[in-house]
Amino acid sequence: MILKSKDVLGLEGMSAEEIRGVLEIAFRFRAVFDRPVRSVPIMRGRTVVNFFHEPSTRTRISFELAEKRLSADIVNFSAATSSFKKGETLRDTAENLAAMKIDMLVIRHSSPGSARYLANVLDCSVINAGDGAHEHPTQGLLDIMTMRQRLGDLRGKKITIIGDIAHSRVARSNIWGLTKLGAEVTLCGPPTMVPGVLERMGVRVEYDLRRAVAEADVLNVLRIQLERGAGKTFPGNREYHRMYGITNEVVRSLKPEAFILHPGPMNRDVEIAGEVADGPRQVILDQVANGVAVRMALIYLLSGGDPGALGSSN
Amino acid sequence: MQWSWKRIPAEYLVTNVKIYQGAKISRRLGFLHVKKGRIEQVGVGAPSREGLPVLDGRGMVCAPGLIDLHVHFREPGQEEKETIASGSLAAACGGFTSVVSMPNTEPAIDHSGMVKYVVDRGKEAGLCRVFPTGAISKGRQGEQMCEFGDMVAAGAVGFTDDGSPVANGALMANALKFARMLGVPIISHAEDLSIVGNGVMHGGYWSARLGLAGMARAGEDAATFREIELARATGGHLHVAHVSTRGAVAMIRRAKEEGVHVTAEATPHHFSLDHSRCRDYSPLFKMNPPLREPEDIEAVAEGLTDGALDCIATDHAPHTATQKEYQFDQAPFGVLGLETAFAVGVTYLVKNKVMDLGRLIGLMSERPAGVLGLPYGRLEEGAVADFTLLDPDHTWTVSVDHLQSRSRNSSYLGEELTGKAGATFLRGRLTWHDEDVIGAE
Repeated sequence: MILKSKDVLGLEGMSAEEIRGVLEIAFRFRAVFDRPVRSVPIMRGRTVVNFFHEPSTRTRISFELAEKRLSADIVNFSAATSSFKKGETLRDTAENLAAMKIDMLVIRHSSPGSARYLANVLDCSVINAGDGAHEHPTQGLLDIMTMRQRLGDLRGKKITIIGDIAHSRVARSNIWGLTKLGAEVTLCGPPTMVPGVLERMGVRVEYDLRRAVAEADVLNVLRIQLERGAGKTFPGNREYHRMYGITNEVVRSLKPEAFILHPGPMNRDVEIAGEVADGPRQVILDQVANGVAVRMALIYLLSGGDPGALGSSN
Repeated sequence: MQWSWKRIPAEYLVTNVKIYQGAKISRRLGFLHVKKGRIEQVGVGAPSREGLPVLDGRGMVCAPGLIDLHVHFREPGQEEKETIASGSLAAACGGFTSVVSMPNTEPAIDHSGMVKYVVDRGKEAGLCRVFPTGAISKGRQGEQMCEFGDMVAAGAVGFTDDGSPVANGALMANALKFARMLGVPIISHAEDLSIVGNGVMHGGYWSARLGLAGMARAGEDAATFREIELARATGGHLHVAHVSTRGAVAMIRRAKEEGVHVTAEATPHHFSLDHSRCRDYSPLFKMNPPLREPEDIEAVAEGLTDGALDCIATDHAPHTATQKEYQFDQAPFGVLGLETAFAVGVTYLVKNKVMDLGRLIGLMSERPAGVLGLPYGRLEEGAVADFTLLDPDHTWTVSVDHLQSRSRNSSYLGEELTGKAGATFLRGRLTWHDEDVIGAE
């Protein structure tokens, strides 16, 4: 068994061995993508519910694609199109889902801890597709997969995460996963977005962008939530771009082989300059492709798929 | 005549008990002689009177009925959470005979008719004395002052907009002045909402790790500082509710040394639990002020020991199971306290040798009575016979069966605690009896 739990709630709860095991399977699925027939019908006759309590486009599409390539039956709920609204407790939601006898639940919810709550009360597998500012484990895994694709073993590799760490579930999943794999993680952004206490998670906090990226092998540039606090948590887009934006000038100061991730969607010319977003250092489309593979791997493993049946990734 | 739990006689003796007296517990066993609701005699050794029904206390501690300066009984308006009757039973179960109720009901207790309603409902339930506080401002909106004089005449013992801090400093200053004239305190829920923002737990490592919005200590510290300066300027009596930060404890200690008329309380959860308890996102650890850091817990315990803080109050805040089924960030603030307060004190303060049992009981009876000048909280001849028999060695695991509140939101569910009230008496009448603690015959 590669995964010890019936659920994937966060990278905090996964061991380095589990993370490596999942990525190994994900790389094999990446190989499947290049075949003319890309489906692996292990989920035939099983039902996956994608419950998105918060708007999402790319994560939801990525999950759906992964589920379809495994031939699952899919039901989509979203806050906008269902009766699930703020006011109904998650317990009621859970009981409704349990009564429908589903095999797997993919949950995106604005409240931290919501995926774990559902996992505790439901018998089916639960995959966290983002719970508030807490974790987004599939994004963390696809980021790590993209890094491993180029760097191999991440032990001793220097990864700098830049942006609104305080409000970022992507950052937390990256921190847990990367530190477990032995990478050296630096967090960078203005102090209003990067609480110094996060050093207790075993990472370095650096408020100066030039210093934070000088030795980095990888930059993971997070999306700035413009709606969250221009003028409050940072003075404005112009100031952010000037101090923390990844421009061509910043890129020129990087190690020659360093590359750049961004979880999307991008605010061009805020956290990342348009020319960098389109430039040779970014690996954003690899992240997107790896996202489908990672989600296929998790669904496959949680459904009891045999890792040996997929052949080798080489 | 035999003692009978079923029919409490008008005159009786409680024997073989250790007596609480002035923050000390007698080493020798003593007795309490109760006659027509008053204490006829109290002392160590054997009682001189014979022929009365005798309740054998079996070595338990006979303490003044406990007094809680901070409870939310939710009536009127939120009777699904608690009523004055159910809250009174929870109080009796915890060894309490007097409680001070907060005015954040729906509608708020903001005029004399509402004060009288609470007083009457308390008397109707008859399980403990319920002393209402009134709101500082109409509807607790922080704008227009309520009729303090009329409300004091109806039985209000202090004023507070608890739960909704008074943002307007001039209104707070005027409230302190006006209340001073009436001889009652202003009770402050010291919180600067512009600092705390949308926080749901203490702002620190755990909030950052869990992805929950934090409530900075500075929000409580800044508000406490303002209240102290307003009390200094007006000469009014400021009572600071549920002190939870190291900084606030230090400020209150210094203000007292400087002669400011300030008193303060701390809750059992703030001297026992830290913010790491939120790690599983259980709303049973969500309250305001939030659980803070180990150094704050130490400072609160130290404040209770050296007198910076005057008493222990529970901030008993019932919420239905449904409301606590919401996710941590959506669930309401507040936890129960009455049924577990004494046990949490014994477990975390007495057993950890922070203070002795006598001091703990004093902080839960004589001292809170002193804050409001209530004529209770002492065992002395002629006093009203409000008392409780406490077993400081009784160990129990908290379960919902132990809770008498209508709600179930205790932070201590599943935890093993030591100390329990075996029987509670109000004006000499039995209001609570736990047969697991003291025998049924």
